[in-house]
Amino acid sequence: MLRIVVCVKAVPDPKEAGRIRIDPVSRALVRADLPLVLNPLDKNAMEAALELKEQFDAHLSVLSMGPPPAESVVTECLALGADQGYLLSDRALAGADAYATAYTLAKGIEKIGPADLVLCGRASSDGSTEWVGPELATLLDIPIVTMVKEIVECTGEWWKVKASLDNGYRVVRVKLPAVLTVTRELNIPRTLSFSGIIQARRKQITQWGIDDLDVPEEAVGLKGSPTIVSEMTTRESKRDVEMISGTREEMAERLIQELADAGFLSSS
Amino acid sequence: MKTVEYRHGPVWVIAEQIEGRVRAVSFQLIGHARKLADGLGTPVEVILLGESLDQQAQQVIASGADRVYLGDDPELAVYQPDVYTEIIVKLAQERRPEIMLLGSTFMGRELAPLVAARLRTGLTAHCIDLVLNENKILEQKVPAYGGLISITCPQKRPQMATVAKGVFPRPELDTGRMGEVVLLKVQKNIPRRIETIEIVREEPEGVPLESAAIIVAGGAGASDLEGWHTIAGLAQVMNAALGSTRPAVDEGWTELETMIGQSGKMVSPDLYIGVGLSGELQHMVGIVGAKVMVAINSDAKSPVFEQVDYGIVDDCRRFIPVLIEKIGEYRSEGRELNHGNQDER
Ligand SMILES: Cc1cc2nc3c(=O)[nH]c(=O)nc-3n(C[C@H](O)[C@H](O)[C@H](O)COP(=O)(O)OP(=O)(O)OC[C@H]3O[C@@H](n4cnc5c(N)ncnc54)[C@H](O)[C@@H]3O)c2cc1C
Repeated sequence: MLRIVVCVKAVPDPKEAGRIRIDPVSRALVRADLPLVLNPLDKNAMEAALELKEQFDAHLSVLSMGPPPAESVVTECLALGADQGYLLSDRALAGADAYATAYTLAKGIEKIGPADLVLCGRASSDGSTEWVGPELATLLDIPIVTMVKEIVECTGEWWKVKASLDNGYRVVRVKLPAVLTVTRELNIPRTLSFSGIIQARRKQITQWGIDDLDVPEEAVGLKGSPTIVSEMTTRESKRDVEMISGTREEMAERLIQELADAGFLSSS
Repeated sequence: MKTVEYRHGPVWVIAEQIEGRVRAVSFQLIGHARKLADGLGTPVEVILLGESLDQQAQQVIASGADRVYLGDDPELAVYQPDVYTEIIVKLAQERRPEIMLLGSTFMGRELAPLVAARLRTGLTAHCIDLVLNENKILEQKVPAYGGLISITCPQKRPQMATVAKGVFPRPELDTGRMGEVVLLKVQKNIPRRIETIEIVREEPEGVPLESAAIIVAGGAGASDLEGWHTIAGLAQVMNAALGSTRPAVDEGWTELETMIGQSGKMVSPDLYIGVGLSGELQHMVGIVGAKVMVAINSDAKSPVFEQVDYGIVDDCRRFIPVLIEKIGEYRSEGRELNHGNQDER
């Protein structure tokens, strides 16, 4: 049986995330208690896993690292059809950068048991580094393909996928076990069904802390992170705006005149 | 032969080539690496992997490198993750670079974390500036939460960062510069668990963003696909390239390739028109040195208006069609719009 692990992240709702600000004086994060949601690209990873599960009768585990409220996104994945849910949660895990996150997830995957396929979204909407997938693969010592937009062949030991490149794509053969990070183009994620939500209630979420993972405190969270945020500055804009007012037609004409004067409307 | 002792390891750039030509972002990084290396009193070393790259290696030196490690082999012609990673990691363990820079290209975005994790060091994504602080530590600037944050990697080495094309200028070529080319022996039996079998190039439609003189960028304010098409229509009549913010990509109105900003493309148009977007720093840092900037936003208090030259407060879905119509009239009336006596420039 194909064993799949999907790594998911609970992120502040991207539609509201612009409201998170750093207070320039206190340097504290000012966030208006944003609800946590499933990272958008992780939905594509979940969808890919669910389609494979339907095709191969795979076993699908969902793994997340986050504070206790992140349990809600694991529950959501269970409702979508995952078989098992794991949440790595511990105060010592807080403040992890991509490397410490990948390290912790790798420990979680090792504890869950050998996976044939690990799926991640290409990036999270809040951190947006794209590093966790590749670093996780490295720490598990298995190959990775990032930005997968199509799974072309998925039988046997070597799979074939298409992955995005600047101005094009590459066709790659990859040997399982492997990690794939996926893009939005890969599929259209399904929505939650009522029966899924009911079924999820019967599924247990396993919570592990650093003692369960058997990792030292220095290796995880802020302490295990090679990078630190050392400084914060606010940026001032340099432009003096001229607001154009009037009726819609007047505003359009004024703008056209300004653009024409600056030479931007010369060719048609 | 004299050996020089350096207090710091070299500054590295992992150059990227496509079809035997080193990419612009790599040259830009070499230019900046030169400055950092001078600040540290250490050489610039460039790793260049590909096939038949002798000429290119000379250009790399002329751009500011002191030494080029050249892997020249048909097997390296296209990016092969396992092989590239292995070569870079082995050499890094030997040379102990202080800093390692890669372009935020699709290759760089995959290769950088593969190398960083092997070297157990930190890596900062999509930096918009890199400077040495008073302790000679690399401050890696990244926009976040409406400001700029500085990320450092105080303990581990190398200090690694990716940078998009267009953040740093291309250095002037100095063909008189002396540098050394060191040929790398390419190990033949690196086990491959991934194999690139084909690379398909797709030329994007329309005006490419990076070289466009005019850019019309749309954001969440487009509200729906129809609104998006309205904005795209403005780009078309203006002969402009169409850019986007992340919500527009997330909504599926446009492709990731059109996204401007920290984690997207860096652009430097003469004219930028931002429609239905809030001027979030992660987007705005992607617009470098635009001569004229315009914003159209329904919220008079939107922070975008502090960052542009001309602002219009209106619903873009209503305003843009009028603007398009008026541009048509303006052009057919031979540029005589409202009988003012503007002199032609
Ligand atoms: C690590 C990280 C990296 C990121 N990288 C990027 C990046 O590279 N590029 C990028 O773009 N974003 C990036 N983002 C996202 C970025 O923070 C913002 O969320 C995004 O730029 C906001 O896009 P927007 O302005 O379109 O949307 P919003 O901030 O939602 O603004 C929409 C604006 O439209 C206006 N509006 C609404 N309706 C209308 C209407 N009918 N007519 C006119 N105006 C209207 C509103 O007043 C509002 O000002 C990144 C985020 C993170 C965390």
